[in-house]
Amino acid sequence: MIEFRKSIAFRLARIFSVSVILIFFMIFGLYYRFTRRMIEKSTAENAKNLTLGTVMRIEGILRSVQQVPENMAGVLERGPVEKKQLLALIKSAVEKNPELYGCGVSFAPYSFDRKSLYFAPYYYRNKDSLSFAWLGGENYRYFVSDWFQIPKELGKPQWSEPYFDTGGGNILMASYSVPFYRKINGRQTFAGVICADMSLQWLREMVSSIKILDTGYAFLLSRNGNFVMHPDAKLIMNETIFGVAEGLGDKKLREIGRDMIRGKRAFVRIQQLDAGRPGFLYYTPVTSAGWSLAVLFPWDELMADIAHLNQLVLLLGTVGMLLLFGVVVSEARAITGPLTGMADATAEIASGNLDFTMPETLSQDEVGMLSRAFSSMQQSLKSHIARLTETTAAKERIESELNIAREIQLSILPKIFPPFAGMPELDLFAVLKSAREVGGDLYDFFAMDDDHFCFVIGDVSGKGVPASLFMAVTKTLFKATAVKDTPPEVVLGKVNGELSKGNEKAMFVTAFLAILNTKTGVIEFSNGGHNLPVVIRKGGSVEYLRQTGGMVVGAMEGVEFERGTMTLAPGDRFFLYTDGVTEAMDENKVLFSDERLLRELKLLEGLPVKDVLNRLLAMLVAYSKGDQSDDITMMLLEYQGPKSARINPAASRG
Amino acid sequence: MFLLWCGCVGLLTAQAAAATRKLSFIPLWSPQAQFAGYYVALEKGFYRGQGIEVEILDGGPERPADVWLEKGKADIGTLWLSEAIKKRAQGVRLVNVAQILQRSALMLVAKKSSGIRTVADFDGKTVALWESFQLQPLALFKKYNLRVKVITQAHSINLFLRGGADAASAMFYNEYHTIINAGLNPEELTTFFFYDYGLNFPEDGLYMLEKNYNRDPAAAAAFVKATLDGWTYAFKHKNEAIEIVLRRMREAGIPANRMHQKWMLEKMQGLISPKGLATRVGELQRADYERVASELAKSGGWKSVDYGSFYRAVRSSD
Repeated sequence: MIEFRKSIAFRLARIFSVSVILIFFMIFGLYYRFTRRMIEKSTAENAKNLTLGTVMRIEGILRSVQQVPENMAGVLERGPVEKKQLLALIKSAVEKNPELYGCGVSFAPYSFDRKSLYFAPYYYRNKDSLSFAWLGGENYRYFVSDWFQIPKELGKPQWSEPYFDTGGGNILMASYSVPFYRKINGRQTFAGVICADMSLQWLREMVSSIKILDTGYAFLLSRNGNFVMHPDAKLIMNETIFGVAEGLGDKKLREIGRDMIRGKRAFVRIQQLDAGRPGFLYYTPVTSAGWSLAVLFPWDELMADIAHLNQLVLLLGTVGMLLLFGVVVSEARAITGPLTGMADATAEIASGNLDFTMPETLSQDEVGMLSRAFSSMQQSLKSHIARLTETTAAKERIESELNIAREIQLSILPKIFPPFAGMPELDLFAVLKSAREVGGDLYDFFAMDDDHFCFVIGDVSGKGVPASLFMAVTKTLFKATAVKDTPPEVVLGKVNGELSKGNEKAMFVTAFLAILNTKTGVIEFSNGGHNLPVVIRKGGSVEYLRQTGGMVVGAMEGVEFERGTMTLAPGDRFFLYTDGVTEAMDENKVLFSDERLLRELKLLEGLPVKDVLNRLLAMLVAYSKGDQSDDITMMLLEYQGPKSARINPAASRG
Repeated sequence: MFLLWCGCVGLLTAQAAAATRKLSFIPLWSPQAQFAGYYVALEKGFYRGQGIEVEILDGGPERPADVWLEKGKADIGTLWLSEAIKKRAQGVRLVNVAQILQRSALMLVAKKSSGIRTVADFDGKTVALWESFQLQPLALFKKYNLRVKVITQAHSINLFLRGGADAASAMFYNEYHTIINAGLNPEELTTFFFYDYGLNFPEDGLYMLEKNYNRDPAAAAAFVKATLDGWTYAFKHKNEAIEIVLRRMREAGIPANRMHQKWMLEKMQGLISPKGLATRVGELQRADYERVASELAKSGGWKSVDYGSFYRAVRSSD
């Protein structure tokens, strides 16, 4: 069973999921950025509209208050005014202008007349009626008050910093002071300041009525950066925006504050102003008083909808992802499921169960194709193996028959050594080792009469069953033909005649036939195209028989064979063999060769005949490394002398 | 039970002994971090630890410390050294029992945009000066031979902020920060510390009427010791000290601004124990006294007593 994490289904699902997540986040990020920018843009627009109306209303009220002392300055600058007139003027100004809390004309020292250091009549509202006071005195040297000194020094009207009026019930106030001048000796000389006081209660309502989202708000800064209006009463006229910036360690906020009190207008992002929340700040100047009105949009509330949407999109995305994952896994499993079945089936088939039924696949896709191909392969395998089984059985039958044939073949060769217990004149040993199950080599030996011993070796052309049958026929013919007083060339001629008759397959045999006169040691022989035998003289030379070979036997009718003669002395040996000996090959296809044979025979001289052949055979088997290409047949005969003159071979050799 | 009773009696007797040494203290302005050391000493029980019962009165424009001392409404109070010397010359027998500030915090602040970058640039400029504290600036202008238009500066700094004056007086621990917190950056300002111009008139010192001092010098010594401990504690635990000051301010109905008080406390540290201070904290140095006395003599013909009869180097026995 494959681990799930390594399965195709999982890998497919993973690659799909990762790609889709990437695409999703790319789209999501882009969409978020654009939406945010849109919201920012619309917020800026919204802020502008929100503040524009408010600023205009504030300016309107401030201007209407400004007009009162400005008009009065105009009157006072025209020429000296009686005290009574002046008081009436001030009183009516306060009465006619409900925005005014109070109004006074404060003269510079000795400016109203030469006697009065202080001259400052002041009318102010006291509940529903008007009250009057003379300002100035040892405890109130108004010349050094901001409202007097600043317009004097600057030479132009000024709005004071807002302040809490401690006398009149702790109301936030602001004063507008206008300096006025008189011509003295032709010179424009400072004469005093007309000051109009105004409660800022109306401002509180106006600014706090600006509501933004849930917790957004508007605030107003004075020229010094003091909070004139702010939802947090603790800040009002007790804290500047710069103090807040210092407390927060926010340098950017300080810069924003500086821009605000310089009368600039901007839409900026701020990290925090209160409650540590980021937001947008839009500020715009209230020019006549040098104030700055700002609106704060809390970022999270501004983005609440989009944040909500984001959550929804993320949730949907996650659910979608999970669904996609599931669908891909299940679809991939539908594809790979049959594959797993096939893998199991194949394993089963491989283990030998050819009758195992392949899982059925109805699908028309590649997997279906594969499945059907597997099924047909299984069928082919099955029939092939069935055929193979049959063939193997037939082959086995033939092999067993061949084995029987081989046994028969070997059984027709004489296997008793030395051959005749009653023939001490010679010693003989022979071996035949077939290359294949049934060979075409043959040998035979038999006594023709008391003094004549016939021996023959042959090699049938071709191999296998036909060769062995031909060999059996040949052997029988030699035995039947070599009867008493028949010379060897006649035997070969007769056998040749018999074999070549009706020999349509043109099979033939090479044969060497010899007849030993056991009394004299004379050998008469005839060669039918066979390898030349080796004569091993006792204690002397080892050499091939010098005689040219005749035609092969059985190939052509009417062939004449020659007779050769030689004499063996007692102790001499006569070695016959087939070409399987000299043409044995090692792994490099190098022949054993005639020369090697002579050399080896020389080395083995003196050993008993049986040992010589066994040693040579072992040598040949080793030479060809068991990969024998042709039948190997060897026969070694030793003449031991006539019966009468017989000597002990061991003694004669010693 | 018996042990507990004994403990109670012991405590009562200790308090009874302390009750005999009651002191009232008046700072020269309403509560703020300029007086953090006193409030902390009271809050942390340092005065009681010294065996005195101290009441801190609220100072302010309506309760001038010099008048309160003179009239015996307070036993001990803070005054500027120059003001105390003048009072003494006017016949009020005040003695200095400790000089809290070692360096003058008085300074002149100018806008660079007014073209004031060095002392010489004051020539021809308008400078707002506090009426009572003109001694040092005038001496400075005289020293550099400058013609300056002096106008009176009230309590606020608005005249300077609005551009009605090219420069104004300020205390480093107070108005300077107010200016910064009205949106002017330090790099836009030129500052002149009188300390740097050989006019170090150290301000806040502790004063008593001589007769009051003579009646119980040990009580004065205890007050000084506890006060200095209070300052040490305040500088080590600034946040706690500021909390104490802010609470006191709220009780007095004064707008309390934490950052401003923090600034003030930090600056007080540099003024009370400046780096490289030659003497002990709280000591009135003869050179400082003589410098202020001689400037006063030069500018207004004020006659001063000798250092020894002005300053009583009180040290508590421990």
